Amino acid sequence: MTEAWGPILLTLKLASTTTVVLLIVSTPIAWWLARSQRWWKEGVAALVSLPLVLPPTVLGFYLLLAMGPRSPIGQLVENLFGTTLPFTFTGLVIGSVIYSLPFVVQPVRNAFEAIGDRPMEVASTLRASPLDAFFTVAVPLARPGFVAGAVLGFAHTVGEFGVVLMIGGNIPGKTKVLSTAMYDHVEAMEWTQAHQLAALMLVFSFAVVLTMMVLQRRLNRLAA
Amino acid sequence: MNEIEARFAGRVGDFRLDVAFTVPARGVTALFGPSGCGKTTVLRCIAGLNRMKTGDLKVLGHVWQDEKTFVPPHRRPLGYVFQEASLFAHLSVRGNMNFGRKRNRSNDKAPAFDDVVSLLGIGHLLDRSTARLSGGERQRVAIARALLSGPRMLLMDEPLAALDAASKEEILPYLEALHNSLAIPTFYVSHDMAEVERLADHIVVLKDGKEMTCCSLAAFMRRNAAPDSEEGGTVLPARIAGPTDEDGLTPVEVDGGRFWIAGADQTPGSRLRISIPAAGVALFEQPPGRGSVLNVLPARIADVRSAGPAMTFVSLRLGADGRGAALYAYVTRRSARDLDLAPGKVMHAAVKAVAVADRGGAILA
Repeated sequence: MTEAWGPILLTLKLASTTTVVLLIVSTPIAWWLARSQRWWKEGVAALVSLPLVLPPTVLGFYLLLAMGPRSPIGQLVENLFGTTLPFTFTGLVIGSVIYSLPFVVQPVRNAFEAIGDRPMEVASTLRASPLDAFFTVAVPLARPGFVAGAVLGFAHTVGEFGVVLMIGGNIPGKTKVLSTAMYDHVEAMEWTQAHQLAALMLVFSFAVVLTMMVLQRRLNRLAA
Repeated sequence: MNEIEARFAGRVGDFRLDVAFTVPARGVTALFGPSGCGKTTVLRCIAGLNRMKTGDLKVLGHVWQDEKTFVPPHRRPLGYVFQEASLFAHLSVRGNMNFGRKRNRSNDKAPAFDDVVSLLGIGHLLDRSTARLSGGERQRVAIARALLSGPRMLLMDEPLAALDAASKEEILPYLEALHNSLAIPTFYVSHDMAEVERLADHIVVLKDGKEMTCCSLAAFMRRNAAPDSEEGGTVLPARIAGPTDEDGLTPVEVDGGRFWIAGADQTPGSRLRISIPAAGVALFEQPPGRGSVLNVLPARIADVRSAGPAMTFVSLRLGADGRGAALYAYVTRRSARDLDLAPGKVMHAAVKAVAVADRGGAILA
């Protein structure tokens, strides 16, 4: 079981990092989608939601190409940082963020839409600039959306497999996470280890979701 | 300089707005009219929450909007009270009240926190969550929140419309107290004439997105009194001149005369308004003998106008010298002819109906 700790810790690190990046990236996207009047915004929304229906391997394949040393993006990254992204932890984070984006953008967008225009108008008549009002009124009022987005983003990242395999390559200590380690065990017919990891993930996922739900209920009750 | 000049023209959806008015930058200006006439849109334009295609707004010498300028709402030193209190659900009552206060970094002096709290009677609510307030309490907190941001102008969008009758009566005295104790100009949107009579000094009447009238409330009441309205009359500022006697009557003083009225329970010296309908005033050449009417005052005729086939509308000024407050009488054409009613003639006005137009004006006066 000791050799399982590496993938477990790596999974936790990946999921936490991804969740933090997701919250930062999703907030402005969700705000724009909730407020913009432009007719083409639903096109952007569809693009963000694409990972919901796209097979993870397809997404991983394109990301691998985009990050690869032959693509313009890959070359830019190599020139700037002297390294390429595929088969690195950073590459995994980028892939996970794109893969889980809709799971955070959607609940946060819904929460922003539910607030309506009025609180922002009130804030502006109380001399809050738009940016000030965003952080002191819109974000606190949308808290349930952020909690839901964080739960979903975290859980979805823990459970991802296809994207990880395509960009990460299952390198022990670097990109070998729980789901791919589990796959290795099954391939090698190491049923005991596979059972242990599967049970662990089941219990862990359940605990995370339960904790967040209880937390959210309590936060909602406090706000009411 | 001491004026508010506004002109807004443009469309909001299917609605066309085209208004222009200039009102003095003091006292309460009512934006009055039926629902859908554009009152709220005008108020939102003044606040900068709506931006009309063409708009000019000059407040106390500052340009807030013209062809080149548009000052965003958060840079306009104003307080806005919405129809629904719209308190921030994530903040306590105190948090709501401090929101604007903390952000008032300009030189605009905000009233002291404790003064506003006692003015609106919300001291016991400060640490509550906003969800546990009644409708009237929420609106009082919203008014306090607006005042504490140090506004140089107050905008109120039917602050009583969403409330039941009891909550309305709970808040009106506070609004009257505000009117008496605050020097900042206020726009007050309403479709309720009784509210306007109690609170306003000036009135802008709107209909279908256009302004019909813009004048002082007294002038509006006078115009409304003639020729076919029996409800019209005058609203006079008055002062309690002495204690209420054992018959329940209180002497009140107006410019050029003194009335006995029932139902005024304020302390001597405090201010209030009384309303006298034109139909409740009878005119005598000589002081009438013993009778039931208590208030008979000399008044000089300023104007006589026909008001329909059988009626005449007489404008008078109180006092034999005709220098007092305005009073209106609605009399038959025959009486006007028999009595030779004409400008300059001094009559004795028997005022049968006098009512207190606002109550509670004494709280802070």
